[in-house]
Amino acid sequence: MKANPRNVNTGIYYIDGDVASGQGALAAGCRFIGGYPITPSTEAAEAFAKIAPKAGAVFIQMEDELASIASVIGASCAGVKTMTITSGPGYSLMMETIGFGAMLETPFVILNIQRGGPSTGAPTKTGQADMMQSRWGSHGDYEIIAIAPESPQELFDYTIKAFNLAEKYRCPVMIMADECVGHMTEKVVIPKADEIEIEPRRFYNGPRDKYLPFKPDKDLVPKMVKAGDGYKLYITGHTHDEKGYPILTQNSKVKTQKSTTRRLVDKIKLNADKIIELKEENTDDADVVVVSYGISSRVAVRGIEKAREKGIKVGSLRLVTVWPFPDKKITELAKKVKAFVVPEINYGQVVFDVERCSHGEANVILIPHGGAGVHHPDDILSAIEYASKENKKIEGIIEHKTKLEKLIFEEGYKLKE
Amino acid sequence: MAEIRFAGYGGQGIIRSGIIVGKGASIFDNKFATMSQAFGPEARGGACSSQLVISENKILYPYVTRPDIFVVMSQEAYEKFEPELKEDGLLLYDSDLVKLKKKREKIKLYPIPATRFAEELGNRIIANVVMLGFFTAVTKLVSKEGMEKAVADSVPPRFKELNLKAFNKGFQHAQDGN
Repeated sequence: MKANPRNVNTGIYYIDGDVASGQGALAAGCRFIGGYPITPSTEAAEAFAKIAPKAGAVFIQMEDELASIASVIGASCAGVKTMTITSGPGYSLMMETIGFGAMLETPFVILNIQRGGPSTGAPTKTGQADMMQSRWGSHGDYEIIAIAPESPQELFDYTIKAFNLAEKYRCPVMIMADECVGHMTEKVVIPKADEIEIEPRRFYNGPRDKYLPFKPDKDLVPKMVKAGDGYKLYITGHTHDEKGYPILTQNSKVKTQKSTTRRLVDKIKLNADKIIELKEENTDDADVVVVSYGISSRVAVRGIEKAREKGIKVGSLRLVTVWPFPDKKITELAKKVKAFVVPEINYGQVVFDVERCSHGEANVILIPHGGAGVHHPDDILSAIEYASKENKKIEGIIEHKTKLEKLIFEEGYKLKE
Repeated sequence: MAEIRFAGYGGQGIIRSGIIVGKGASIFDNKFATMSQAFGPEARGGACSSQLVISENKILYPYVTRPDIFVVMSQEAYEKFEPELKEDGLLLYDSDLVKLKKKREKIKLYPIPATRFAEELGNRIIANVVMLGFFTAVTKLVSKEGMEKAVADSVPPRFKELNLKAFNKGFQHAQDGN
């Protein structure tokens, strides 16, 4: 299905990533954003609030983040495409309800413009330290999809992709951007509506008395109806059966766990190959592969270029979707390469999964960064050089400090006896 | 590739200046231009700056480390950011608002009383646009046509003429050999 021209402000703009995401949401067909302003994501909410009314969409500034995320789930149940926008502490406040949305299988998008943390942290500076929170932040078993854009243009393009994935798999989709990309201003091309592919809501249109809200299609995803449209619709955060009814007796609970909770995980896991988007370059003959995402992958390219100029065989694997994690791809590469280099603006998160999937076959080198800035390309180069020279297999994750960190923490903190 | 820092105090259109030059370069001159703004948690007021990288190729590292060009419109911003200007960099400054402290040997100085010129044109709010005209003529990084389009595209229609006048005032000041 193509985008509705009413929602697409076709043209060439010089805008920041936040604004581009607001435009992307509208183009994707978003009808409602409930949010509570927080730096550095506010411009996205502002942009949407400004352009939404002309296209018949709505932005409501809610009283807080708990209300924001709840309003988004409500809107989704009512049949519209919807998103919330947040950062830092705001994202933490949303965690419980994200699990509720995953349980109800309501499609929605969360734009998280990551900032330095923990707590208030560095509100106007960048970070990538919410990656694991996006994956595991709410209690219980569920799966989500997370995408990491690296430019304002991608914030437009991948916001649309996020909406499409949310509708297709009926799960929360997180756009895990960061302050650097959000507040970066570049040329953004918004194409014509007929060049934008849109995933429509999976509406049920069979007989009313036959509708089962949680009976899955072949791809494990059930069809939806609009709440209030006359269908018998029961939705609850309780573990439920295909009718949506909570089931609390022992025997049926066994059945229920099989039919719902397991499916929340499997509908993403089993469809992972279709969901995962990677950008792979020069990995065929590589000794070292840089695995990165978001702004770090963009900065890494310069370090990779420099390393190749020096004759090092280095390739790159950019995780456009970070979750679900590309287990198979990492395992396959681990058998061929000497080492992975993983730059992250945190003290080690996605690198854990790189290590898990390399099964001890390749060295795994983390370049940690404390946030409030991005890696310098020379930091990436230095780690690549180390990785290509290290002939021993080293267990666990190897930390390769940035120049700045070396300056400050040469010896690291030491425990005193 | 050129790294540029614009700096002044909140309200002078410093961020806007970065946006206009970036727009001129990337949309009208078909180059690549990445603009980032830096501000603290205290938000508005005080020294404010925007950083712009202009290149013929895709820009990978988005931040300015050692600017080739420093455009400054307040004393506080001058003192804060002057030390990072490259050894042989260009310093464009509002000569009524910035008093130079020490002069580094190889740095090229380009003074212009941009705010005074703007007041003479009727509104000091366009001082940054006077500076942009001056910047365009001095640096030749972005074409005059591209910059004029970017200025016109970035202001409300009823102020278009005034802004273009301000732009040309600054441009002419450089052409006159100042």
